[in-house]
Amino acid sequence: MRYMLLQSYGPVESGCLPMTEWAPEDIKAHIEFQQALNQELADRGELVDAQGLAGPEQAQFVVSDGATAPVITDGPYPESKELLAGYRLVDVESAARAIEIAARASAAPGPAGVPIRQPIEVRQVLSAPDPEL
Amino acid sequence: MTTPEDLLRQCAPQVLGVITRRYGDFAGAEDAVQEALLAAALSWPAEGTPDNPVGWLIRVAARRMTDQYRADDARRRRELLAASWSLADPGPVPGQDDTLILMYLCCHPALAPGSAIPLTLRAVGGLTTREIAAAFLLPEKTMGQRISRAKATLKAAGEPFRLPAPGQRAGRLRSVLHVLYLLFSEGYTTSSGPDLARADLSGEAIRLARMLRASLPGDPEVTGLLALMLLTEARRPARTGPGGELIPLAEQQRGRWDRAMITEGLTLVTAALRHGPGPAGEYQLQAAIAALHDQAARPADTNWAGILALYRRLERMTGNPMVTVNRAAAAAMAGGPAAGLAILDSVAGQLGDHHRYLSVRAHLLEQAGDRAGARAGFQAAAARAGNVREQQYLITKAAQVAADSGPG
Repeated sequence: MRYMLLQSYGPVESGCLPMTEWAPEDIKAHIEFQQALNQELADRGELVDAQGLAGPEQAQFVVSDGATAPVITDGPYPESKELLAGYRLVDVESAARAIEIAARASAAPGPAGVPIRQPIEVRQVLSAPDPEL
Repeated sequence: MTTPEDLLRQCAPQVLGVITRRYGDFAGAEDAVQEALLAAALSWPAEGTPDNPVGWLIRVAARRMTDQYRADDARRRRELLAASWSLADPGPVPGQDDTLILMYLCCHPALAPGSAIPLTLRAVGGLTTREIAAAFLLPEKTMGQRISRAKATLKAAGEPFRLPAPGQRAGRLRSVLHVLYLLFSEGYTTSSGPDLARADLSGEAIRLARMLRASLPGDPEVTGLLALMLLTEARRPARTGPGGELIPLAEQQRGRWDRAMITEGLTLVTAALRHGPGPAGEYQLQAAIAALHDQAARPADTNWAGILALYRRLERMTGNPMVTVNRAAAAAMAGGPAAGLAILDSVAGQLGDHHRYLSVRAHLLEQAGDRAGARAGFQAAAARAGNVREQQYLITKAAQVAADSGPG
């Protein structure tokens, strides 16, 4: 079963400051945590892909009717907190295992190593049809 | 026609059996054989296929093992010394037994299906990690790690390289059949876009089921599973439209079904049902149901009473509420939608939220003329569907029911 674990730019439950305000060693520890988690998932044969996305400042929204020139909206956006910050795509044996990984990711270290308790959105990826149909 | 790839894959389990026996190290032997297969894939097309392909692969794999042991520590070197005492030619090769031992090993109950399937494909099927990773849309490294971990789990379980004790074989065979069935299901999918490669997985499942049957020709459930695969796979060409959309059984162009596969499947299921000791097992019953579908030239010719009876037996045997849902669909075809809906009510408590339950119920409501109920049912099923083709099908059905009922 394949799950997408999504994290956005929204507030974290620990209420800590945005990462740009952290001490450099705290940022380093956070990045190392994320890399170590990815390595662990790869070693277990569960990692499909993990990517961080460029900041909301660089996001663009494109709307088109297919005929006239598309409408392109550049940031900043009032709802930038809802934008996707990054994702992990994992291939696991059960929904419970996806939740377990999400819990690990949520407890990523913040300032002074305190877990930031970031909300992780867990979404199952639609698979191919079963042969019964 | 046998391609070089086919030949390599056929040799794989035999070579692995010999190397594992010689060195007593399944995990290491499996890596060495994989490397030998890769070496062969590179050199055979250029230098020609050797006269004795199995011997060639054994020699190369054994050299890899020796290199590996040399690179390891002194303890391992002493093991190599002990192993080298038996380095004489292996003599007559117990090929089919080894294939069977490998299947029992790779489908060990200690392994989750997600690990057992790729390990079986590599060790028994002779596929490369790259091919397996591509079929499952996973990075090659991730798939390699999964296979390594599976082998570490087997090592920890202390499973010896021999047939399980006679008292355990029935249970262990069930695990093997289950893994092959899941592999087949994984591959039995659409025929478009990135899903295309996955068709190969069904083909691999059928090939492995044939190999298993060659080792256990008298086992009716093994034969039943192979028959089920063939009778299901036969419908693949008609099962999807040009855009990859699902076409349900009743609307498929039956002329596009693969006749040769159906004939072979029918012969196999008939033999299994006739010669098997005791009551027919789960896969034989499922194969028999598939056979009744495949024998109907038109949907209206389907022997629904026969299918209904088979689902009843399957339901009693497995106690699986999903079988009850299928029985409800068959009952509706045999005796009208009300009969089916009544059966569905009996499992509403267990499955009321499942997309397949909702979808079958919506179909029956549509047959019964309850368009509003059918539409809501198809929408609810679409919201819970676990796969994209089925979701698209259900959304389309909801829209069709709405359109058929006209404005207002």
